[in-house]
Amino acid sequence: MAAGTRRIEVDEVNDVTVAKFTDKKILDESNIQLIGNQLFSLVDEDRRMKIVLDFSNVEYLSSAALGKLITMDKKVKGISGKLRFCSIRSDILEVFKITRLDKLFQIKENREKALEGF
Amino acid sequence: MPPLAIMVEDFEVWIPSDTAAGQQVQERIIGLLEQRQFPDRDVFGMRLALEEALVNAIKHGNQMDPEKSVRINCHVDQDMIRVEIEDQGEGFVVEDVPDPTSEENLERPCGRGIMLMRAFMSLIEYNDLGNKVTLEKRRSPPEDESAPGSDD
Repeated sequence: MAAGTRRIEVDEVNDVTVAKFTDKKILDESNIQLIGNQLFSLVDEDRRMKIVLDFSNVEYLSSAALGKLITMDKKVKGISGKLRFCSIRSDILEVFKITRLDKLFQIKENREKALEGF
Repeated sequence: MPPLAIMVEDFEVWIPSDTAAGQQVQERIIGLLEQRQFPDRDVFGMRLALEEALVNAIKHGNQMDPEKSVRINCHVDQDMIRVEIEDQGEGFVVEDVPDPTSEENLERPCGRGIMLMRAFMSLIEYNDLGNKVTLEKRRSPPEDESAPGSDD
């Protein structure tokens, strides 16, 4: 796998960064590592304060991926930024509910709603 | 409906402590469920549980040691699937794993794998040593496919 492979597509909507996962399955360890690094660089390097993560492509994700999302949430909060998730399919939403992470993360139905009042 | 002999399949494989090898077995097992037209929700749960169990065996059990292997035994028929995953590590005490949903642990980035396996499987069982997990999933009745989950 090429080191430079983009695992997220980044868009700017006004002052909000929308990062869309390109993978259907966020399972494999090395892939999760890569995705994590690309997400973290939005905060650590680019200092983006308002971020929406778009899950519309994602069909599977593992607990290791949840770990990266928790770390991402902490990083964003660490710079007093805001993080929202959107377009999560019902199976995956259930994963968030089972692990009670739906209480930790701000989850919106779709991109438009995630951008509202951000 | 194909004859019963075709619908029942048992196999056992040993794989190295390598997550790519784990992925291959995962795909093989998921293929068996898809052939038997298990509901999507069952397939989703099985893939998730297999991923968690295989990563646990390879990373935490065998510590990615190339000298160690993971044994996978699978039985599948029309009604259920049972998968045993055994590593060559020292095992662990399942009860010692902290509850990831408690307030103090909610923001910790690990410890959710076993919880997800429990939620999606019909049965999950560890041996006394804690180096072997058995995952069992019975086919969900068709009406369950449109059941809860879509509510807010």
